Amino acid sequence: MTAATLTQAQIEERRRTRRTRRALLAPALIIIVAISVLPLGITFVYSFLKPGTYGGVIWEFSTDAYVQFLFERDIFDGTLQFNDSYLTIFMRSIGLAFGATVGALILGFPTAYFIATKPREQRNLWLFLITLPFWTNLLIRTYAMLLILRDEGMINLTLMGVGVIEKPLSILYTDTAVFIGLIYTYLPFMVLPLYASLEKLDFRLVEAGYDLYANRWRVLRHIITPVAKPGIIAGCILVFIPGLGAYITPALLGGGKKLMIGNMIAIQFGSSRNWPFGSAAALILMALVVIALLIYARAAGKGARAHG
Amino acid sequence: MTPTLKALTAATALALAGGAALAEGELNIYNWGNYTSPEMIEKFEKEFDVTVNLDGYDSNETMLAKVQAGNTGYDIVVPGDYMIKVMIGEGLLAEVKPNEMENFENVDPKWVDVWWDPGRNYSIPYQWGTTSFTVDTAVYDGDINTLALMFDPPEVLKGRINMLNDMNDVINAGLRYLGYGRCNGNEDEMREVLEMLLEAKQHWRTMDYSTIEKLTSGDVDLSQNWNGAAMRARMQRPTLQYAYPKEGFTGWMDNVAVLADAPNMENAKLFINFMMDPENAAMTSNFARYANGIQGSDQYMDEEMLSAPEIVMPADAPAPDFVKPCPQEVVDLYNKVWTRLKQ
Repeated sequence: MTAATLTQAQIEERRRTRRTRRALLAPALIIIVAISVLPLGITFVYSFLKPGTYGGVIWEFSTDAYVQFLFERDIFDGTLQFNDSYLTIFMRSIGLAFGATVGALILGFPTAYFIATKPREQRNLWLFLITLPFWTNLLIRTYAMLLILRDEGMINLTLMGVGVIEKPLSILYTDTAVFIGLIYTYLPFMVLPLYASLEKLDFRLVEAGYDLYANRWRVLRHIITPVAKPGIIAGCILVFIPGLGAYITPALLGGGKKLMIGNMIAIQFGSSRNWPFGSAAALILMALVVIALLIYARAAGKGARAHG
Repeated sequence: MTPTLKALTAATALALAGGAALAEGELNIYNWGNYTSPEMIEKFEKEFDVTVNLDGYDSNETMLAKVQAGNTGYDIVVPGDYMIKVMIGEGLLAEVKPNEMENFENVDPKWVDVWWDPGRNYSIPYQWGTTSFTVDTAVYDGDINTLALMFDPPEVLKGRINMLNDMNDVINAGLRYLGYGRCNGNEDEMREVLEMLLEAKQHWRTMDYSTIEKLTSGDVDLSQNWNGAAMRARMQRPTLQYAYPKEGFTGWMDNVAVLADAPNMENAKLFINFMMDPENAAMTSNFARYANGIQGSDQYMDEEMLSAPEIVMPADAPAPDFVKPCPQEVVDLYNKVWTRLKQ
């Protein structure tokens, strides 16, 4: 049907639907603009200004904040030289977030598969158990991890009690502790999207695969993984991005000896009194994430076309 | 309008009017978290028929950022010494002239002509204390009054140390250990400080503000600490001892002040005068465990505070060093050293 054949009434009807749709979208759009785009705009503007002496900004254009990220001017001998301090902090955070993502995937995939293969009426109970930790505040859960991991904590007391070790293992306040904490915190974000994909898997396909003499590995690779792919991608994104900006977990479990991105940005607005640099660092972090996602999306798109 | 609706409207109007009347009797206090005695607040509310609202912050900088943004609605803030100076300079505090108030005679004369508010035209003492460190003497039984325990620790303390996660506290202690001046813009000396700190950092376990918890849970055996926190930790782990290092240590004072745009200016002034009453100052000390700079408050203080080695300094200890705010170039240099240290 072309537009020319539409009656006046039909056109009117469509217009009304469109108007209703717009009206219904408006509240969400307003909220997105007000609480996401606007603050981001402010951050962007601030990153090109000069820091005020006691916090705040001076309204003078400057790219110092971005230069400061990679170079330092006069720390000890006055010349502009490469400085890897902030880059190191970024790399450490990216490494930890990546590790936590892989860890969560390794733990989350079997969990999601297990739930998806349960009888329908039992699944809700399992999902309920996965979401149970969200009933407690993150800070409190992280403190609980602190109690479990510390020298006189549950793990060490148990291991010493049964005589496996004599002196307590130093787990708390190391990167290992941050890693464990991140996996623990974000595991549900991995399990839920994985479950949503795996639930759609037709298990007759798995049986068919076995009938065609595929071994377990091939079934996992050629039948289950393609179906679970959207879930894997969503899960990885949902774990990696918040993991990268995590603040509480590294601050409490890491012992504060090394900075993470989130903590580094936070101190720029406090004792370091450098809001423009804090803004710039936040934007650089965001740009890195967006670039990574774009590269991934393109690669995934090509892959899909190649398969299709 | 139906009669019911009319009645409702009247009731609402009354309630609103009542609310407005109440608002005249309010006082909004913005103080450090877990630092205000509830008992003292209750007493103030009863005495002046004022409703007190309390809000908390965790650092001078957080408070400053919020106050600078304006329209906070707060009347009273409790900034540290250097922050009082900064805020007076920025025109954020009201010149309420505590020195002309009735209870001003109770303020210990040594806290009147202070560098951050000479003659006390803006602020009065709230609590004062020192920042040094606490050691478990059951773990280390040598002389504890030296910064070497943090920066060149004996074998038993290696890996058992917590430092405050605070740029100024760590760098100032480092400067004292090497015998250099505070607010140091000398790049060679700061380079030496950085190298010394990097070397020492290998032996630190954590850098964190929650000192009481770190010490009492047995995570560490030495922690950089404030004296009041040291006393609270000792109550739970009696072998802990607060050090008065011979190289020196930081002294600080938090002060009660009124914001320039305080909505309840008169109540705020009443509160300033109220806080200079020895009995009320003692209530704060009994809660927060620091000394208060108000004469005559001793008689109202808990017995254990009067003899606590954390509060009563030994005669041979060096005088606490009250560090002034540093110029921006020095802050920038400190920032770089701090980022390097923590990278």
